[in-house]
Amino acid sequence: MATTTTTLARRPAFLERSRQAAENLRRAPLIPLFIIIVVVFTATFAPLLTPHSTTTPSLADRLTPPVWQEGGSWEHPLGTDALGRDLATRLMYGGRVSMMVAIFTLAIGGGIGTAIGLVSGYFGGRIDAVFMRSADSTLAFPIILFAILLVVAVGPNLANVVIAIALVLWARYARVIRGEVLALRERDFIARARVSGCSHLRIVLFHLFPNTVNTLLVLLTLQVGWVIIVEASLSFLGAGIPPPTPAWGSMVSDGREYVDTAWWVSAIPGLAIMLTVVAFNLFGDWLRDTLDPKLRQV
Amino acid sequence: MQRYIVMRVGQSVVALIILSMIIFALGRFTGDPIILLLPQEASLETELALRAHYGLDQPWPIQYWKFISNAVQFEFGDSIKSKRPVMDLIGPKVMNSLRLGLAGMVITLIIGIPLGVLAAVKRDTFFDGGAKLIAILGQSLPQFWVGIMLIQFFTVQLDLLPAAGTGGITHYIMPAFTLGWWVAAAVMRLLRSSMLDALDGEYIKMARIKGLPEYKIVWKHTFKNALIPVLTFAGTYLATFITGAILVETVFAWPGLGRLVYDSIIWRDFPTLQTLVMMIAVVVITVNLAVDIAYAYIDPRIRYD
Repeated sequence: MATTTTTLARRPAFLERSRQAAENLRRAPLIPLFIIIVVVFTATFAPLLTPHSTTTPSLADRLTPPVWQEGGSWEHPLGTDALGRDLATRLMYGGRVSMMVAIFTLAIGGGIGTAIGLVSGYFGGRIDAVFMRSADSTLAFPIILFAILLVVAVGPNLANVVIAIALVLWARYARVIRGEVLALRERDFIARARVSGCSHLRIVLFHLFPNTVNTLLVLLTLQVGWVIIVEASLSFLGAGIPPPTPAWGSMVSDGREYVDTAWWVSAIPGLAIMLTVVAFNLFGDWLRDTLDPKLRQV
Repeated sequence: MQRYIVMRVGQSVVALIILSMIIFALGRFTGDPIILLLPQEASLETELALRAHYGLDQPWPIQYWKFISNAVQFEFGDSIKSKRPVMDLIGPKVMNSLRLGLAGMVITLIIGIPLGVLAAVKRDTFFDGGAKLIAILGQSLPQFWVGIMLIQFFTVQLDLLPAAGTGGITHYIMPAFTLGWWVAAAVMRLLRSSMLDALDGEYIKMARIKGLPEYKIVWKHTFKNALIPVLTFAGTYLATFITGAILVETVFAWPGLGRLVYDSIIWRDFPTLQTLVMMIAVVVITVNLAVDIAYAYIDPRIRYD
């Protein structure tokens, strides 16, 4: 008995690490992961998965209820909207819009924000002060107004929605990555790289940046949900993706006039937004606890 | 301290100037207003005369200067939709929005503060779990959808509450709840973690050893200190409230500024929108400035360099 305890206590480090990895994997949020896979899969393969069109009206089928309710049929499993368009189909294509906006805004906003954070944290001084004050002002401004202004001035389309959201998104990345770099900068390996003759560019790109990747991954995942909500809010207000292209926000808006007769028209797309956002947030929480527990305080 | 305040005021002014430049530049993107105003067969001379009349023949910096000096005098031009001066449209709606905002804030405080304290004091119990659930939903539910679902349930199914417009106290319940809940979730989360930090403090142990009653420890010693980090985010909450108000006023047909934002999107009414954005920006920047200055006085631990 005594021997087992000592061997347990002296477990080699690599075994300890793999045990930790297994434990983390066991705690992986399966249901959120499943929802994310379903959304991404149906969005990607939407044209192969449905026989219906997203835009062709079919007035004979208008406001058909979902299949589980009286009057519903498997022809339209989630029912149809006021123009007789299949809701399940529009939901899948709407998911495409949400995913596309999320990918582009996170790539642009996250990219710019990370670059600014790296530069700001590494060089400090006046550049740092200017960037961080702008980041703070951006974060304290009701961003949706800015997006609306841009869209009303230039016209609503996917590119403008992406630009508007990315213009706001960079600030959080800049702040968090800068904080990370401030701590890393003081470490020995940076001083050694400098002594061995590395240029500033090389240090930032090959020594600092790789050390921020975990934080970046966590932040990106946690913000997918936020981007989806902002895009949906813009579409709901008519300042997002213009109809007839289906977007989840405008689908909820379409159903507003029918709350008393056809609840499903706005309830179902809203449910899709909620489930997707919850899934990404829970997955991001898990990723944070696994990769970068100190981010918890941010 | 004085240096800090001067610097902070300067920053606010710079932020406002940059914002006004962005708005001015965006205004140029909306298209040439002269083309809309001129009849098809107008001659070049009439066109030039009209351009001169509106000052559009001047170079951009001069046009910008005119834009700013008009803005300072609350002259923002006519609304495209109603052809009336924008300020006439905005004036009567300010009070409606303020009333709704205040009601939303009350909801935020009566949900957010007790739940945040409860979740920290009864950590890892049923209450904590419930608070966590509310926080997750608060982050994930689209506000506009919550509003529609409330109408669905309380107006269509139960016929209890009015769905739209202003009137008696019952008109406030659903919009104020939808508006307040989001910020309540944020306040609650933040208050919980700062309460937990504060409860760990040595002075709390001391208070316990002295034999103070638990309610005094929680409310007097812990809560007061835990509130400071929560208040730091006052500016962010205001931004969330304003975003929320646009969505909530749209859903509940509330005759306020948020609804006006929605109308100006639908009508592509840039003059009205730029005025609203300018006004909201002034309010947001002023509040943030006030919070930072008040903070400097309240919390002596903050250094100003």
